[in-house]
Amino acid sequence: MGVPLGAALAACGGTAGPGSTSGSGGGAKATYWYLSVQPQEGVRTRAVERFNKANPGGTITGTPFQNDAYKTKIKTAIGAGQAPTIIWGWGGGTLRTYVQAGQVEDLTSWFDQNAAVKDRLFPSSFGAATIDGKIYAMPCETVQPIVLFYNKTAFEKIGAQPPTSWGDIMDLVPKFNKAGIAPFSLGGQSRWTNMMWLEFLLDRIGGTEVFQAVFDGKKDAWSHPAVLDMLTKVQDLVKAGGFIKGFSSITADSNADQALLYTGKAAMMLHGTWTYGGMSQDGGDFVPGGHLGYMNFPPVEGGKGDPSNTVGNPGQYLSISSKATPEQKEIAKKFFATGVLTDQEGKEWVETGGVPIVKGSDAAWAGSKDADFLNFVYGIASNAKVFAQSWDQALSPTAAEVLLDNIAKLFQLSITPQQWVDNMNAVIGQ
Amino acid sequence: MTAFAPPARPGPPPAATREARGGVLPWLAVPALVIFVGFGVIPLLGVLFLSFTSWDGLGEIHLSGLTSWRAVLADPGLPHALWVTFLVMAASWAFQTPASILIGVFLAGRQRYRAVLAVLFFIPLLLSQAAIAIAYKALLDPNFGLGAGLHIDLLSQDWLGRPVLAFSTVIFVVSWQFIPFHSLIYQGGVRQIPRSMYEAAEIDGAGRVRKFFSITLPQLKYTIITSSTLMVVGSLTFFDLIFVLTAGGPGDATRVLALDMYKRGFQANLMGPASAIAVILVLVGLALALLLRRLGGRNPGASQLEGA
Repeated sequence: MGVPLGAALAACGGTAGPGSTSGSGGGAKATYWYLSVQPQEGVRTRAVERFNKANPGGTITGTPFQNDAYKTKIKTAIGAGQAPTIIWGWGGGTLRTYVQAGQVEDLTSWFDQNAAVKDRLFPSSFGAATIDGKIYAMPCETVQPIVLFYNKTAFEKIGAQPPTSWGDIMDLVPKFNKAGIAPFSLGGQSRWTNMMWLEFLLDRIGGTEVFQAVFDGKKDAWSHPAVLDMLTKVQDLVKAGGFIKGFSSITADSNADQALLYTGKAAMMLHGTWTYGGMSQDGGDFVPGGHLGYMNFPPVEGGKGDPSNTVGNPGQYLSISSKATPEQKEIAKKFFATGVLTDQEGKEWVETGGVPIVKGSDAAWAGSKDADFLNFVYGIASNAKVFAQSWDQALSPTAAEVLLDNIAKLFQLSITPQQWVDNMNAVIGQ
Repeated sequence: MTAFAPPARPGPPPAATREARGGVLPWLAVPALVIFVGFGVIPLLGVLFLSFTSWDGLGEIHLSGLTSWRAVLADPGLPHALWVTFLVMAASWAFQTPASILIGVFLAGRQRYRAVLAVLFFIPLLLSQAAIAIAYKALLDPNFGLGAGLHIDLLSQDWLGRPVLAFSTVIFVVSWQFIPFHSLIYQGGVRQIPRSMYEAAEIDGAGRVRKFFSITLPQLKYTIITSSTLMVVGSLTFFDLIFVLTAGGPGDATRVLALDMYKRGFQANLMGPASAIAVILVLVGLALALLLRRLGGRNPGASQLEGA
């Protein structure tokens, strides 16, 4: 028993990752971990295959992981010094923890030298890649704002129009409930789904500065009056029966919240644009038949926020492990410059219903069956004055966990808005 | 699940065993000891060490004295998680024990149909907890589950979305899985009770109920203690089933200590406080196991069969 145990411990102790076993004679190899699940996984895999074909001297070995498993796996691997050369991620607060631990490369000067790489991408995508003024990740893949989806058939049934303000939303709630349709679908057990409501309401009521103050760690930043107003509005909506029965036990991972919308059990759903692909795949005639409506979150009466603002994922992010060998780092940089978001990859993202974060990518979907939706997403992403990152991604994992916990309790009506503010003020800056 | 020591047989041990005890026997324990030290004691010491540090799982580990302990002990989440853990323990014990005893007594009969039923009852124990949780979650879904599908209003409750209901559902699912296991223990216990005791009682004119309360139950004393220890200590570590079923929700209604530990350590990146909770879990578990041993008298290996 002693021998394998010792071997396992020795393997843990080494700082060299599995990727650093680069052959001295043959071509060097970089490693790359990314998320599984089709159709996105295929796009990622094919991008790597194309790069390897073009660069037989320095190839990349890709390994796909399932979303939740990946989050734990990558954290453990980085902590143990076993990170892959290229680290796929969401940027923001998690990236900040990598930076603070000195685990990822500073790419600022590389982007200065390769301005062309930077200039072809959406400028908004760099926010979550930038920590204290330095760029630590290459934005990639697609932009995913959160939008208000609605079921056109449900609105026809009660003879109503989609909401154009918060007041409209509150008026629609009793009308839908009377018709036996839930006003909003919500996968509340996932918690970040509830959070999207707070993000939009706070932005529409108080503007972007309110959360910015929290993000900057200003003392008692949650005590802004707009926060209390926002929290009260959320609880008003819960109390009015705005969300589907049993929302707090529905998970977003199972796509049950999307199913509620396309089966007509719920009329509206606030969700990320990544759900479009799932709804067109599983919803039968719902998307192809034109029954899915979508719009940006409506303004709140008297609110200060710009109604063009949006939140969501401004992109996905690739970082380079600082523990990788110089050869591996070179391969990764070459991949960033020549292998990420090529025209072919962009085209494949469009086929999945996603908008690549490349300027002028709208040309790629002329004539596509999803052109309307893609135009809509492109419009939101390029017109937004501020494209904020989701709170739980922007904050550190520690603060995000407290935030999500308190949001769940807020929707459960087990804490008051004032208690929420007090609980959250206590962890500002952590 | 752990293996059980067979109940001690009455009478003195054979002389051969006694001689061997001084020689080869201790060495037979070495492999088990090595594994226990390697995978039990050393990680435990590691956790104890981590509880006096602050570490986010990524960077350097910094010694921070009692900071983690202070943070954990001052957090109102801890007494809440302890309370929920205790409730889960008490409720699942109170639900499982009577049910397991009754089923165990029933299955102890030698009739053929009971043997068939025993196999059927055993099935839930063969399933993985995660699979059970996913299946129940789908069945209990208020919009697409069993109740909604069959249009039975009674079944289309918000099972996992209301604190009390969610808690009860967790207890039910846990019991559904573990009652077969404990029934098996009781079945074995009942079968060891000598027939002669029942025959004597029958001659005295005792009925079925009287026999159960005056013979079966007292004779099962040590079986009850064994099964209760497993239930109580086991319920401290319930994690996967609750994690998949409710993720500790709604709010924190079903957030037991083990779940609290996971959330702090792996979701909030606070390895120090999470390790402190782990130490608390170990201490509570040890205390409970000791307490239950005391309840069972000084020598839990003893049998009551001598009195028969």
